[in-house]
Amino acid sequence: MFETFSLATIPPEDEALRAPLRALIAASIADLPLDRRARSWQGFDAAFSRMLGKAGYLGLTIPQQFGGGGRGPFARFVVVEELLRAGAPVAAHWIADRQSAPLILNFGTDAQREHYLPRICRGEALFCIGMSEPGSGSDLASVRTRATRDGDGWIVEGQKIWTTNATHSDYMIALVRTSGSSTDRQAGLSQLIIDLKAPGVTIRPIVDLTGDAHFAEVFFDNVRLPGDALVGAEGQGWAQVNAELAFERSGPERIYSSVVLFDAWRRHLSTIGRRDSATLRTLGALTARLAILREMSLAVTARLALDESPVVEASLVKDLGTTFEQAVPIAIGDDLAAHPDEPVDEALYRTLLYVTHIAPSFSLRGGTREILRGIIARGLGLR
Amino acid sequence: MMEELVGPFARLIEDVCPPAVVRAIENGAAWQPVWAAFAESGFLDALVEESAGGAGLTLSEIAPLIELLGRHAVPLPVGETMVARALLARAGHEAPQGPIALSSGTLPVVAAGIAQSLLVATEGADMLVANPHGTEGRIPIAGADPMPLRSVAAVLRALQIAGAADRLLESTVAYANERQQFGKPIGRQQAVQQQLAVLAEHSVAARIAARYGCRSGPIPDLRDAAAAKYCTSVAAVEIAAIAHAVHGAIGISEEHDLQLVTRSLHAWRLSDGSESYWAEFLGTLSFDDSI
Repeated sequence: MFETFSLATIPPEDEALRAPLRALIAASIADLPLDRRARSWQGFDAAFSRMLGKAGYLGLTIPQQFGGGGRGPFARFVVVEELLRAGAPVAAHWIADRQSAPLILNFGTDAQREHYLPRICRGEALFCIGMSEPGSGSDLASVRTRATRDGDGWIVEGQKIWTTNATHSDYMIALVRTSGSSTDRQAGLSQLIIDLKAPGVTIRPIVDLTGDAHFAEVFFDNVRLPGDALVGAEGQGWAQVNAELAFERSGPERIYSSVVLFDAWRRHLSTIGRRDSATLRTLGALTARLAILREMSLAVTARLALDESPVVEASLVKDLGTTFEQAVPIAIGDDLAAHPDEPVDEALYRTLLYVTHIAPSFSLRGGTREILRGIIARGLGLR
Repeated sequence: MMEELVGPFARLIEDVCPPAVVRAIENGAAWQPVWAAFAESGFLDALVEESAGGAGLTLSEIAPLIELLGRHAVPLPVGETMVARALLARAGHEAPQGPIALSSGTLPVVAAGIAQSLLVATEGADMLVANPHGTEGRIPIAGADPMPLRSVAAVLRALQIAGAADRLLESTVAYANERQQFGKPIGRQQAVQQQLAVLAEHSVAARIAARYGCRSGPIPDLRDAAAAKYCTSVAAVEIAAIAHAVHGAIGISEEHDLQLVTRSLHAWRLSDGSESYWAEFLGTLSFDDSI
């Protein structure tokens, strides 16, 4: 089964992006402390994102006529991989680059493409995704936030929650109900681009268990939007969101969330010079898992490069990938604490605690483990 | 080219080595007629260089064939003989007739009871062809690449595991859609679906890992081989456990074909280095990288 899912090679012209980008990243984040870098794609630095945009590393898969790189998914893979391995603060452009831009390109009007895409590619239009609501987590089709027609425009009422980066974003692409009621399930849902500076929008940050406030709740009180806030077709929001989630789930970020910690631990072992059997087994096991997950992530990228929407394959890789990401801090914590007499750099220990505490989010964001396995089960022909 | 080989090879296995024959050979029936069919097919020299009269294919190119051998739990050392004949030809030796098994350690060798010769990796990194049924006839293979045997053998096992994994995924999903309990197929139960999803994940991972293991030429890169055998050995355990859990009691009965495949999975996991062996091996290489 899944015969088309196979080893893929990054084309040389895309691989060539790696070296200059690596140098640029190294120069930009040399002073960023380890536990900041371990924030991975939750580290926010708008200036860094604009710098990447100026250097041509954002919107790589967007056509050049809209300010993008006009390249394929492998180019994006290389860039994302380099950013994540280094622990660069990519949150500002992350969601716009990963899913909002492809969504607008695929479903938006020409006017919307011309309005948003060049700014996304410059790192100047920051997006967040309005999916979850207080009553709608995994059961996304039950969203209650409602947009009603108001002349040529829309009026939005409702609330989103757990919205990553809402506080810093310019726009939210929200899944809202435009007709029917929650008993109609997937029918009657649409996607709107909401200008977060519009009157009636209130954003309240939510502090997480590590003390960060990367997500927020967002309230819409009689928010008036123009008619062109609708992206794609009215009532087609569910299909569009699923296409978008395929992008969200298919990238290498689903294997690299703990990689900054992993690399720091490797440097620790090297410094200490500890190479007993148990240590080497842990190191080798994690190295092997990461190598194969990377190949699987490349295999998903190859399907994207063929303009497919590898929903099931991406779910397979995300579930395995997040399992690995969560295993890393547990294994490293056990390793370090198994040697209580060994000196450990304070930054490494702080990073270990951060990743350990935030790790449950890895298999929640972008679809929970159980939801992904349900998607895989359907793909297998069950139910 | 490979597409042209896969179909005929699959039909060959289905013709000469169906489950009834696998059982019979395991129970001591004559394996020679089955072996003769493989020998006549010409596939045994697939990896031998063209200059030496073979097909000159790479391990990566014949990966689908090894996966088929794993898929059907073929109890003869067909893949092993392919590898051995190629290694011997590279070293300038004529391969002995008949099935050749690979021995890269002291644990019992897969298909040892059938093999007429053994290719052995010894401490000093030399290889020997030996008579497996006695101490006579050990021949040093001068000129062979040093220490490749265990890594080639490990990748071979990885490919067999991947082939078996795919079959177990298919057959376990099919069983879950057929078997009724509580008035509906057990495959409708979320608890069962979640397990089958995990089975699918490990099955796909096993195939990617096995293909990764043989991506670099006739003798696998040691890091690639290590990652491949580590991941497939881990996957083998998970896959066998879930397949049995979903099949219930019927799966552990002798008459059900499931056990032919799951017993093979465990044998291949233990053969030529388990997950911990290759983890430590890769960890050592990886540690030296970061110095």
